[in-house]
Amino acid sequence: MATFKMHLLVCGGTGCRASESENLFHNLRTGIIQKGLENDVQVLTTGCFGFCEKGPIVKVLPDNTFYTMVKPEDAGEIIEEHIIKGRKVQRLLYVNPLTSEKVEDSKHMGFYRKQLRIALRNCGFIDPENIDEYIARDGYAALGTCLTEMTPEQVIELMKKSGLRGRGGGGFPTGLKWEITRASKADQKYVVCNADEGDPGAFMDRSILEGDPHSVIEAMAICGYCIEATKGLVYIRAEYPLAIERLKIAIKQAREYGLLGKDILGTGFDFDIELRYGAGAFVCGEETALIHSMEGFRGEPTVKPPFPSVSGYNGKPTNVNNVETFANVPVIINRGAEWFASIGTEKSKGTKVFALAGKINNVGLIEVPMGITLREVIYEIGGGIKEGKKFKAVQTGGPSGGCLTEKHLDTPIDYDNLIAAGSMMGSGGMIVMDEDDCMVSIAKFYLDFTVEESCGKCAPCRIGNKRLNEILEKICKGEGSMEDIALLRNLSNVVKDTSLCGLGQTSPNPVLSTLDNFYDEYLAHVNERKCPSGQCKALLQYWIEPENCVGCTACARNCPVNAIAGERKGVHIIDQATCIKCGACMEKCKFNAVFIK
Amino acid sequence: MASINIKLNDQKIAQLQAICKEFNNDKGELINVLHKAQHLFGYLPAEVQEVIAKELNTSVAHVYGVVSFYSFFTMTPKGEYPISICMGTACYVRGAEKVLDEFKRILKVKVGETTGDGKFSLSCLRCVGACGLAPVVMVGEKVYGRVAPDGVKDILDEYLKQ
Ligand SMILES: Cc1cc2nc3c(=O)[nH]c(=O)nc-3n(C[C@H](O)[C@H](O)[C@H](O)COP(=O)(O)O)c2cc1C
Ligand code: SF4
Ligand code: FES
Repeated sequence: MATFKMHLLVCGGTGCRASESENLFHNLRTGIIQKGLENDVQVLTTGCFGFCEKGPIVKVLPDNTFYTMVKPEDAGEIIEEHIIKGRKVQRLLYVNPLTSEKVEDSKHMGFYRKQLRIALRNCGFIDPENIDEYIARDGYAALGTCLTEMTPEQVIELMKKSGLRGRGGGGFPTGLKWEITRASKADQKYVVCNADEGDPGAFMDRSILEGDPHSVIEAMAICGYCIEATKGLVYIRAEYPLAIERLKIAIKQAREYGLLGKDILGTGFDFDIELRYGAGAFVCGEETALIHSMEGFRGEPTVKPPFPSVSGYNGKPTNVNNVETFANVPVIINRGAEWFASIGTEKSKGTKVFALAGKINNVGLIEVPMGITLREVIYEIGGGIKEGKKFKAVQTGGPSGGCLTEKHLDTPIDYDNLIAAGSMMGSGGMIVMDEDDCMVSIAKFYLDFTVEESCGKCAPCRIGNKRLNEILEKICKGEGSMEDIALLRNLSNVVKDTSLCGLGQTSPNPVLSTLDNFYDEYLAHVNERKCPSGQCKALLQYWIEPENCVGCTACARNCPVNAIAGERKGVHIIDQATCIKCGACMEKCKFNAVFIK
Repeated sequence: MASINIKLNDQKIAQLQAICKEFNNDKGELINVLHKAQHLFGYLPAEVQEVIAKELNTSVAHVYGVVSFYSFFTMTPKGEYPISICMGTACYVRGAEKVLDEFKRILKVKVGETTGDGKFSLSCLRCVGACGLAPVVMVGEKVYGRVAPDGVKDILDEYLKQ
């Protein structure tokens, strides 16, 4: 970013693109050219800023102005007022929801203050489709250092000292994994990047690949150097077209610059990367399944050992790491193991990226130092619960994880504490739930997912999870008994203990964790045949309170099945036999006349 | 194995063979071949799988095993406007199920089915990565965010007019 006086950064992440950020970019660019400012002001598309809730985002540098919910037609005003006259467009500035003040400098936003961006260091700052911008921010310096100044053993030692652990869920020490793969002797070895990101509601890896693909490529090459592999493979979900596109561009540019291919930087080291596509199977995130899928088979896991580090792709030693794990590597080399190890807790070093979503004000992508508390994440970064409702739980670890509740709010977040609390770090999905969410339904939601995604190879997972799901369904319908609850717990433990792969071994966690933390809700469903949060359709009825009904007809007009009868200005009545319990009437009623019984 | 029978003409067969050849007729590349083939045909009927099996020198059972394993591959054609409802966790807790129910009710189809006139098909997917806009619905490539059940009809009308 050498000669420009100002930069307009437009978010080109999936979320913002869905709200027309491409047109916005186009309008800004043409506007700048029309004004003859193209040599002074740079307009560029970047990766995700993380603040997806209020997208599309435009950031202006150097003054750090942060415009939110910008529409394509706002481009003219931004250029005219801000760029030319130097006056910030007040109506587009981010407003702090707590103080209602406009925030002029993004450094003062609560959302960013507590964050520490290492893996996401370039996301939102550089144009991911331009290798020069990556290089300008120390890109490929780490690869150069490794190839010319360090032996593979030294690099591995440095990685071990940094304390980096795998970000794909398991938390295995990365340096150690590299060392084991290096020690396996073979004529060919492979570096695999796991970009399958199957956890529903998580989009960390995708954002890294969309916003900073070169950091992953650089790290894969470094890994290749350490383990003596010349081939790298990225296994990426076919559902991520934008990430695939950017990765392809990045690989091509890296080849052109001699940073991939034969004789990299004239050191005699060869390394190249190919893409392999997933096809919509969650279990393919598991490393042995992933390898079978890359070989063109059904993605069914196999028993470990042998671990991929010993026998993986095509039977050769294969080092599998997650996208975020890789994204940390170049910085660690550049800034040193001590620096990285100084961040975080005793056994979990560095930062973790989370996809914060659900009933929270600031939905988005965040990166925080390990050891931060849930309270800081939810209330300071996340801006609290939507609509001022009451916090109930946070789900981490996706379908393999569990719920954290009120009592965990002050627990420092790291691998070991989350496991002790009955959940797990997982890949980084963090779904916030409020008083309206029924925890039995949430458990069922995850079990629905598991049942669909179980590969079917082993009986405990294939049959056990199906049974668990049936029992939960029964309970949600108000047909459950106390025996069912006991059976749920029992069967969960059997499935955990006897399944072949990580999917089955963790799939009952959502059940166990909700049983532990929200036993009362299970009891209410079973004993009183009631759903305390009013979510389980079979257990609720919508009624109109005659006292409150003013006869505005809003409910009757919005009922999709015409189940509501009543004259204008007269009391309305819901026909229970016709009602499909969609809740539209309750949402539309301005007089709080509709209630759930 | 499939209810729909199409007869592949020679030109299509040649295109398929070219795809296989692009991947050196290597059966390790089966999934890449299937991706391209589905892109070409829109779905993967039995006949297509037979040609691929022959070209890659593997059994039809292997090809079918792979096609049926991965949810991305389909053996039935999609509607002219394929509708996908995100059922990722973020969308689920923000009411995606109610949105899905409304689509089912209006279109009178179940998930995985196509309307009688071939216009719309309905499917679910897991997280499009736009969780900030939850609940999210995709029609073809277009993403609709913050969809409420009463907005469903408007979305459909947009396509019915065309
Ligand atoms: C059911 C299941 C799903 C998984 N999904 C993913 C995934 O989506 N992404 C990922 O990186 N790792 C996933 N993993 C973990 C991988 O098996 C593997 O441990 C990881 O990619 C290793 O990389 P890391 O050490 O850098 O974390 C999954 C594991 C299981 C059991
Ligand atoms: S635990 Fe489930 S997903 Fe894993 S091998 Fe067994 S059936 Fe397949
Ligand atoms: S869960 Fe629907 S977009 Fe992420």
